[in-house]
Amino acid sequence: MSSRFRNSAAAAVALLALLGACDRESRNSRGQPLGETVPTGASPDTIYPGNSQPPPLSAQAAAYQNNAYAISQGQQLFTQMNCVGCHSHGGGGMGPPLMDPKWRYGGRIDQIAASIAEGRPNGMPAWRTKLTSEQIWQLAAYVRSLSGQVPKDAVSARADTLSNTPPQTQQTPEPVLPAGSAQQ
Amino acid sequence: MKPVRLTVSVMAAIPVSGCAGIQTALGGQAVQSSDFVSLFTIFMVVCTLMYFVIVGALMWAVLRRRRESEACTVETGKHEVSTPQSRVALIAWTSVIAVGLSALAVASFFTDRSLAAAARNPKLAITVTAHQWWWDVQYTPVDPSHIIRTANELHLPVGVPTEITLKSDDVIHSFWIPKLAGKQDVIPGRVTDAQILPRQIGQYRGQCAEFCGAEHANMALDVTVESMADFKKWAAAQLQPATAPTTPLAAAGFNYVTTRQCSVCHNITGTPANGQVGPDLTHFASRKTIAAGTLPLTTGNLYGWIADPQSQKPGSQMPTMQIAPQDLHAIVAYLETLK
Amino acid sequence: MTPAEKARARPANVPRDGPDLTGPELEARLHKTWSRPRGLIGWLSSVDHKEIGIRYIVTALVFFAMAGLLALHMRLQLATPDSNLMTPELYNESFTMHGSTMMFLFAVPVMQGMQIYLTPLMAGTRNMAFPRLTAFSYWMYLSGGLMLWISHVLNVSPDNGWFSYVPLAGPQYSPGKRADVWAQMITFTEVAALAVAVTLTATILKQRAPGMTLARMPIFLWSTLVTSLMVIFSMPSVALASSMLISDRSVGTQFFNPAENGDALLWQHLFWFFGHPEVYIIFLPGTAFVSEIVVTFCRRSIHGYSVVALSLVATGILAFGLWVHHMFATGLPRVGYSFFTAASMSVAIPTGLQIFCWIATMWEGRPRLTVPMLYVIGFIFTFVIGGLSGVIIASVPLDLQLTDTYFIVAHLHYVLIGGSVFPLLGAITYWFPKVTGRMMSERMGKVAFWTIFLGFQLAFFPMHISGLMGMPRRVFTYPAGMGLELWNMLSTIGAFVVGAAVLLFVVNLLASLFRGAPAGPNPWDAPSLEWAAASPPRPYNFAHIPVVESRTPLWDGADSLRVVHGLRVDEPELLLTTVISATPDLREPGVAPSLWPFVSTVAVAVAFVCSIFSPWALVFGAVPIGIALTAWFWPKKPPPEGEPVIV
Repeated sequence: MSSRFRNSAAAAVALLALLGACDRESRNSRGQPLGETVPTGASPDTIYPGNSQPPPLSAQAAAYQNNAYAISQGQQLFTQMNCVGCHSHGGGGMGPPLMDPKWRYGGRIDQIAASIAEGRPNGMPAWRTKLTSEQIWQLAAYVRSLSGQVPKDAVSARADTLSNTPPQTQQTPEPVLPAGSAQQ
Repeated sequence: MKPVRLTVSVMAAIPVSGCAGIQTALGGQAVQSSDFVSLFTIFMVVCTLMYFVIVGALMWAVLRRRRESEACTVETGKHEVSTPQSRVALIAWTSVIAVGLSALAVASFFTDRSLAAAARNPKLAITVTAHQWWWDVQYTPVDPSHIIRTANELHLPVGVPTEITLKSDDVIHSFWIPKLAGKQDVIPGRVTDAQILPRQIGQYRGQCAEFCGAEHANMALDVTVESMADFKKWAAAQLQPATAPTTPLAAAGFNYVTTRQCSVCHNITGTPANGQVGPDLTHFASRKTIAAGTLPLTTGNLYGWIADPQSQKPGSQMPTMQIAPQDLHAIVAYLETLK
Repeated sequence: MTPAEKARARPANVPRDGPDLTGPELEARLHKTWSRPRGLIGWLSSVDHKEIGIRYIVTALVFFAMAGLLALHMRLQLATPDSNLMTPELYNESFTMHGSTMMFLFAVPVMQGMQIYLTPLMAGTRNMAFPRLTAFSYWMYLSGGLMLWISHVLNVSPDNGWFSYVPLAGPQYSPGKRADVWAQMITFTEVAALAVAVTLTATILKQRAPGMTLARMPIFLWSTLVTSLMVIFSMPSVALASSMLISDRSVGTQFFNPAENGDALLWQHLFWFFGHPEVYIIFLPGTAFVSEIVVTFCRRSIHGYSVVALSLVATGILAFGLWVHHMFATGLPRVGYSFFTAASMSVAIPTGLQIFCWIATMWEGRPRLTVPMLYVIGFIFTFVIGGLSGVIIASVPLDLQLTDTYFIVAHLHYVLIGGSVFPLLGAITYWFPKVTGRMMSERMGKVAFWTIFLGFQLAFFPMHISGLMGMPRRVFTYPAGMGLELWNMLSTIGAFVVGAAVLLFVVNLLASLFRGAPAGPNPWDAPSLEWAAASPPRPYNFAHIPVVESRTPLWDGADSLRVVHGLRVDEPELLLTTVISATPDLREPGVAPSLWPFVSTVAVAVAFVCSIFSPWALVFGAVPIGIALTAWFWPKKPPPEGEPVIV
């Protein structure tokens, strides 16, 4: 096998792997056995020395945010844990809406997960002792999908329930406004 | 004769062995399943006879000795000549098939009627809701104060016609206790029902029989058919709220279970744990298996299940939680008191 | 115009076959007219039914082998209780891929491939009615199969079973794109099958040789006609269902959402309305192979030709009235169920009549126990068990215990392998000399036959018992102590024996391809028209179109057949005859090789695959499809007027 053929074969395999759906389709039902935690203190008001940008998303968190299995588990948890009781199906009620661009405590997946885990003032319960970290990441991934942040191939169009939102595959992505911005 | 005797005894052993086994359809321990056994026997006799007739005719046709004069070959140009008996044989054969099938259909119809008759006037009402991948069982008597809620098990009094209303919370499942009755699919958006009239006391096993996802193979049901007295004793025990913990370890377990992850999904009547997502655990220690038949209920299995459910039933809804060892001891101690 | 005027109007210098132009000179000119260009472009542009038929069969056999390997892996998993050789997710993907590949990528395509190859040869014509459509259908089938298997490699393979019930396959319970890949594979293979069915029907009805009335055509053509009509009426149902599923999953329609007045059972009705005729679409060509093989090797024309032909038609019609027997456990009204019990039992009657006719043919003839005949005998031994277990599960009380258990797995493999694969292996052995000009090894063929026959019984008979012992279907493992261990171990051993037998068959095939004994046009002394063509047939099939006067034209005792003269030699030309009595009717210009079917497939495949991700792909994808189809159908030159034919 000439080296030219070998290289082009390797390139073809790599291309196929790129097209591969590893991120979206993998189904990791166990989470990391140890050490998987939801970050604390990832509030958008935190000031970081230097350029004041928050550190990049950890690889683990990034794996959750576009994973179809995680989002669908989050969808089921959203109903089972009665998030709909305050947030409805994203439209809000007693709690703030989750489909809009306004994120009081940040709209990045790790910031949403921190909000779920720690609770927030004025009524958001702290779920850290009641849900596993993996479940909280799954919920955060689903919550991101309510405002259209997730690529359309990873969300499901609807749940098998009464139809109360436009199909998530048809939703236009809402911008994630910074917490301190005037539009909030 | 020896090879013949050996063959016959081996062939007889095959169906006879089917009678043993905790989940066999040839058990006949209830009216519904014994009707199945009778009808199945009739069909098997007729079908086996038909098979040997056909195969016998085939072998005779292939192997029979032919006279030279009756050659139907190309050379003699007689490749279309037909024996006169063949027309009679065709009509006879068609009649045999038609009559045989009609007889079988009539037998099937009478069995249907017998099943319907056994289903009239049910005395016990149960509602079973199927989830991915467990069974939520609720006894629904007329008096709501006697509602019993359990999971993954059924206790049935012998000789009492029971009507089981079937619902699904998510996808299509199928409720099936082979030794007692045929299966009934459980379809979301529809309410179906199954009827059982158990005739023999014993321990049986049921299993989901419609592909429902990753853990379809681990969605079983423990069924106990017992005398009316034993059933009433069981029901009375089920109506009690959960036993209060007596030892310090069990009390620590109680604290964990009612304030941490367990309480979000599971219900233990009489305690602050009132989650409706997962199976009811009020009388968990009186059951025979964990996780819908996945593991027998022993202390070791309970430790393993709670420490890492995803290694036993990957994909199930119970997450692997990071529980510290002393908490694990406490939880298991407490759960084992929930008789 | 009077005939004299027409004869004067006809251009005199058009070369036609006839007493002036015959023999090797005719054959050389026909060869030039009917063969395709060499090279890759020529290969992609082929519209020769024989080439397309071979491609179908070879591709289908490759898919058969791949699905068989999946089955062996699953059997290893099930050999022991509580096994963790495969994770549940991998097992679910495996049985889904096994079932979908076997049903959609092997069983129907291989039968259609045999039909594409044999129909024009048996009917005495030169090509199919719509050659480019046939080429298009092959490329569509290949694209659908590749899409499914590439998805398996890329971890997007479907995992909800070959039947993909909702709500499990719906948007909430099947996240990601797996179920969408399955649904689009359906679209590809359904379009391909419909295209082939349409062209086969037209070929059989309008292109039979003069004198081959409907009552004289081989049973194989009757079966092809009935099967193709069944495809046309049943495939749209599954295409509709899969489109509704994709629509639910990608744009949030509510077809199968019970909360919004959709219905999970709607899927089952639509799927099984297709699914039941599908198994007869797979089975009836098997019976056709049996009819042809029995006639040849018993040296007797089929006993009760009308009975056999009408049984095929009756089975085809009755097959549409049985589908609810797949849904006996769903809780529909019992009165309706009794209708389907009666219909399911009555479909045994035409099949029983066919069996009578085959056995009577053997009785009245002189059976030669060659390898194809052995497969026919194996077929009867095996298929009848499957048919009788089918009668058992046609009864509702029995089905309520047996459905969704391994009893059904046993039944379906007995009827599909016994009823279709055994005849297929016999048919491949039987027609191999025609296709390649060489004989397959008889000795290796007999070894392969006995291995697969006995291995099959060992693999699948114990499944009747494990089903009766309570083993449900589609379970990745089972607990110890239920009495299932012995039967599963036997099934696993049998499965590997079957695998070895298939390997032996393939080795025989390949070895005979290169080293088999040379075969003449009619090595088996068979009666039907395809054995009058050369082995392998020339691109134009027959030098002159034959005229047929009986059901067994090559047994009529003459040294050569009467033929038709007057078809053009410099351009491809076909003879169309009337539907029932096959009197010559029209000349039809044949079709030149064309790259547009392949290009159209690429455009359609891109549109379909991208529509898994966004519905806009269908809108934007329609543009290249439109361009390709326009180029395909662009008229080339004015066609010659239909002239009256003079024989």
